[in-house]
Amino acid sequence: MLLEIENMTVAYGRIEALHGISLTVGEGEIVSLIGANGAGKTTTMRAISGIRPLAGGSIRFEGEDISKLRADRRVVQGIAQSPEGRGCFPGMTVVENLEMGAYTRRDKAGITADMNRVYGLFPRLAERKKQVAGTMSGGEQQMLAVGRALMARPKLLLLDEPSMGLAPMLIQQIFDIIVEINQQGVTVLLVEQNAQQALSRSHRAYVLETGRIVKSGTGQELLNDSSIKDAYLGVA
Amino acid sequence: MTNGEHATPARAANGEHAAPRARGWQAMKSRWSEMPQGMRWAGTGALVVFLYLLPNRWFYEYLWYLPTQASDMATVLFETAFFVLLAVGLNVVVGFAGLLDLGYFGFFAVGAYVVALVTSPESKAIVEYNWLADPITWVAAVPIAVAIAMVSGVILGGPTLRLRGDYLAIVTLGFAEMIRLYASRTEGLLNGDRGIPDVPHPVPGVKDATGDSLFLFDAKPYYWVVLTIIIAVVVLVRNMERSRVGRAWVAIREDEDAAEIMGVNTFKYKLLAFAIGAAIGGLSGAVFAGKQGFINSASFQLESSILVLAAVILGGAGNIGGAIVGATITWYLPEWVRGMGKVFGLSFDPSEYRILAFGLVIIVMMIFRPQGIWPNKRRASEFADRRKEVAANA
Repeated sequence: MLLEIENMTVAYGRIEALHGISLTVGEGEIVSLIGANGAGKTTTMRAISGIRPLAGGSIRFEGEDISKLRADRRVVQGIAQSPEGRGCFPGMTVVENLEMGAYTRRDKAGITADMNRVYGLFPRLAERKKQVAGTMSGGEQQMLAVGRALMARPKLLLLDEPSMGLAPMLIQQIFDIIVEINQQGVTVLLVEQNAQQALSRSHRAYVLETGRIVKSGTGQELLNDSSIKDAYLGVA
Repeated sequence: MTNGEHATPARAANGEHAAPRARGWQAMKSRWSEMPQGMRWAGTGALVVFLYLLPNRWFYEYLWYLPTQASDMATVLFETAFFVLLAVGLNVVVGFAGLLDLGYFGFFAVGAYVVALVTSPESKAIVEYNWLADPITWVAAVPIAVAIAMVSGVILGGPTLRLRGDYLAIVTLGFAEMIRLYASRTEGLLNGDRGIPDVPHPVPGVKDATGDSLFLFDAKPYYWVVLTIIIAVVVLVRNMERSRVGRAWVAIREDEDAAEIMGVNTFKYKLLAFAIGAAIGGLSGAVFAGKQGFINSASFQLESSILVLAAVILGGAGNIGGAIVGATITWYLPEWVRGMGKVFGLSFDPSEYRILAFGLVIIVMMIFRPQGIWPNKRRASEFADRRKEVAANA
């Protein structure tokens, strides 16, 4: 397994946000984590990236325990994240944002190649190279955040709510791109409120409720699960 | 880092150009950046020569109303330059890395006291504790003062830079007050409020035309020293800003979590900014001690920390030029206004209202132009972004 989380607990002060969750992501998979607001999805992502310390449990990446590893070292190990919401650097241009994504890398040629690859995935960004991120639309910023995460050339890509605030057509498009990225060999762990889209595109999924994993299965299984339908898919 | 805007070092000159005007300023700026490099070097050179000539009476008396009327021009220039140096240092911490440091003057005090302790023949470090056999010269003391200020920055920053926002402001504020109270209340090493006298002036060997030592009561040579230090510091800081380090600072300032996710060791770079600020603060303190010849705790009031911070924000945090302009306005303008009442035939001295006016200006600025007079381009769009966010949440 590429990523193995075992009994992970995360607390904000005395309030526990995650009460011991366990999940795995295999190489080449798209795994999604669905759940309502406040279920602990973003906290899980932050803990994996290392910007939230663990109160208990462990995270293993490629078999190695990274629970205590500094966030910047985890990027070098191959974990990149596109954070929730407006995670772009607002004062930097598109190019500068993408360069920040490659901050841990020194291979100039590779960085240029990857930048072109990102422009290939998101032609919109190529049109706006010199535009300052803070002045772009929500959808464009979302693309930039995903593209920026790819610039680290990650083994594991963490996407926190990539569809948030996007128009329906753009949602479709961004999920297509996620699948494409995955087919190019990047493992994806996806956090989504848009359960329909996430489940139909994922190999496997976990359902998070108030800091606990309550269900897991293949995307298709969960799509057909009646309780999931009731709670997350908005169909009776 | 391939961006065209970083390509030309001559843009450094931009940072030293005179006060901006709302209209035509953009045009001036773009005309400046389109000039051939040689022209820009020449422009920068001319400005530097102008600044070095400025304290000479035979030069400034031709500058219409620009010189101060009521106080000695050279002294005011020295104080202004000194204040500019402080602002440039604080700008690294507040402007570049976005760390709210209210204890900047603590490092200033450290620098000043270290110089006093190792150079004054009255220093207890020498006469009582025998840490040194003889006092050393001012020039030899400066690097020691800078190093110790920097180390104290690291010691303070180590535990506190893990805190964010308001907490950092509180801790740094506490630090500066601790240093001041220690200096004022304890007899110990620092002689309490009696302070340390007989701090030697810089480079006693340098003589003027009449054979007296150059560094005595005339403020000119001190101004030249500070101006030279400013130029060196600006070049250094400017280069850092344009390197990977500078990019990391911008990222931390704009979104610390995102910076960390990108693989920036945020703690390391925050500590670096803090240490550089502390070193520049310490350097300023060392110069101050050498000019005054005497220091006690009264030289390190909290208001000074806040005034420097206000100057940086007024000028435009994050832009070296902005910090310089802000500091120049904050210090020079009130001194200049002092003599203007007489010139314009007013029956009162307008400078008595300078603090009031300054407060009003700051309030008005924060409402209409929070990014400062001459903001960093990036910083301006960060503010625009934040406003958008506030509007979206409202």
